[in-house]
Amino acid sequence: MTVNPYLPQSAKIISVKPQTAVDYTFIMESEIKPTSGQFVEVSLPKVGECPISVSDFGEGWFEMTIRRVGKVTNVLHQLKVGDVIFVRGPYGNGFLMDKYRGKEVVVAAGGTGLAPVKSMLNRSREYGGLTLLAGFKSPADVLFPDQLKMWEQDFNVILTVDRGDDNWHGNVGLITQYVKSLQLAKPDEVEVIVVGPPLMMKFTVQEFLGLGVPEKNITVSFERKMCCGIGKCGHCKIDDTYVCLEGPVFNYTRAKGLID
Amino acid sequence: MGYKIQIEDFNAILRELRRVYRVFAPVNMKGKGPYAGTDLVGYAEISKFEQVVYNQKTVYSAKEALFKPVETLFYFTEEEFKQPAIQTNKILIFVRPCDINAFKRLDEIFINNGPYKDNYYQQRREKVKFILMECGAGFDNCFCVAMGTNATDDYSLLLRPAEGFVACQIKDPEFDAYFNGFNDSMEITPRFVEKNNITIQLPQNMDIDNDILNNPLWQEYTLRCTGCGRCNFVCPTCSCFTMQDIFYRDNDNSGERRRVWASCMVDGFTDMAGGHAFRNNQGDRMRFKVMHKFYDFHKRFGYHMCVGCGRCDDICPEYISIVKCVNKLKSSSPGGE
Repeated sequence: MTVNPYLPQSAKIISVKPQTAVDYTFIMESEIKPTSGQFVEVSLPKVGECPISVSDFGEGWFEMTIRRVGKVTNVLHQLKVGDVIFVRGPYGNGFLMDKYRGKEVVVAAGGTGLAPVKSMLNRSREYGGLTLLAGFKSPADVLFPDQLKMWEQDFNVILTVDRGDDNWHGNVGLITQYVKSLQLAKPDEVEVIVVGPPLMMKFTVQEFLGLGVPEKNITVSFERKMCCGIGKCGHCKIDDTYVCLEGPVFNYTRAKGLID
Repeated sequence: MGYKIQIEDFNAILRELRRVYRVFAPVNMKGKGPYAGTDLVGYAEISKFEQVVYNQKTVYSAKEALFKPVETLFYFTEEEFKQPAIQTNKILIFVRPCDINAFKRLDEIFINNGPYKDNYYQQRREKVKFILMECGAGFDNCFCVAMGTNATDDYSLLLRPAEGFVACQIKDPEFDAYFNGFNDSMEITPRFVEKNNITIQLPQNMDIDNDILNNPLWQEYTLRCTGCGRCNFVCPTCSCFTMQDIFYRDNDNSGERRRVWASCMVDGFTDMAGGHAFRNNQGDRMRFKVMHKFYDFHKRFGYHMCVGCGRCDDICPEYISIVKCVNKLKSSSPGGE
């Protein structure tokens, strides 16, 4: 019998935690073993299948933080603890952890871009130093507020929102302006990870390059419509690169040439 | 050696073959053409050699024998996934050299690209053998010679229609037994098209960079192309698909996961939930398609994806020609004229 790579495995929801009005974190009971930055294809039979990045993982479980924005995710958000969904994967390359070990690391995450790097931030002790720049549209959009408080104890966290409100006393403004204010002692030795919407990534990378961070030290993660996750369906291809196979995590030296 | 076999005798052989193989060939489908009262030449199962249409190109390619326009991957009942049984019949397809070469491209994607094999395609592929059809002088819009896909040796039988008989070359010993007792004194080797009326100038030293992106030539396609996707659907090498789940109207606890042909020229190909999309105008999509067929597939696999069958140029309702586009790209690119 040939292996069917499209056959998903069942996974039970063991926790649902609303982060914002539209972003919920689901913890799944599952034997799949993802690494940071990888994604899975989540499916609800009769509704559809979609790629979702893994936000955290451990022995016998993994976590996804999912925004309610489409056909599958709208239904996912109605599910409860104990419900069963289907997943296949993990797919994609993920972050090369060895690259960051012992290094000064700066992570810039825009919006739901914080999800794919969450598991890396939880391993802050493996780096020589860690700074998180997290940007959201408004205070109501801030993801992982509890985690952010914990992270603030462990490493340097700069949280900003595009527009504040009456109760917001923190930073206001785009991530890019906070990149400028980073005091990087040795910019050519810093490792940078940028994840977020396409325009945010583009301009944030420009700021880091402006500070003297070499291109090869910058890593980005792409979002594309990955229907199959295994290099067949063609939707995520840019130039000769299949984002689902060679990505979604790319070194900037390669990512800058991937235009479409 | 080759066989010279009377049509009636050949049809008797065909009957025997059909006990083991499903035999597909281009046939004339009456009234199925796009305009009222017109016919369509397309693939269907045959029982007689006379049904095979040799003197016209099929509108659609033979790819759907292996890669179906709509294919059920799973049936769902409540929490269960059931994979449909894959047809176990062996398949014989009458096919031209360009289309045989096109299957090599589909193999590359479905079997070789990435760490997993597409089991639906592969299981069918293992059962397929090709009957080579020659093209005579070739057809309108063909440019196989320039793509190097005018010839092939990946076939089991060569069948050439002649006055009252079929000239047969048996290349695959699996078929020898069917021809036992017939006179094999005829010399027959395949005749491939050596020259097309159309030539294509492939640009060298291309790269998908800002020069390509900003080349004004794409704007023409933004204005002309209506995004119908026919060019992709008739293409023997287009392999893109989209996952699609459905439920049954009379029992919404049951349903299917299907994959359906997708087109990079049609709206929605890159749309992601939440509204992000790439390549929003037809010019950008034309660039994506042309670069895939004539540049980046080659970069990844070492040979061009396009096999020069010209079906996309035949079918376009706006008379867009991929050949003219590539030639314009050549003359407007730095590595060009």
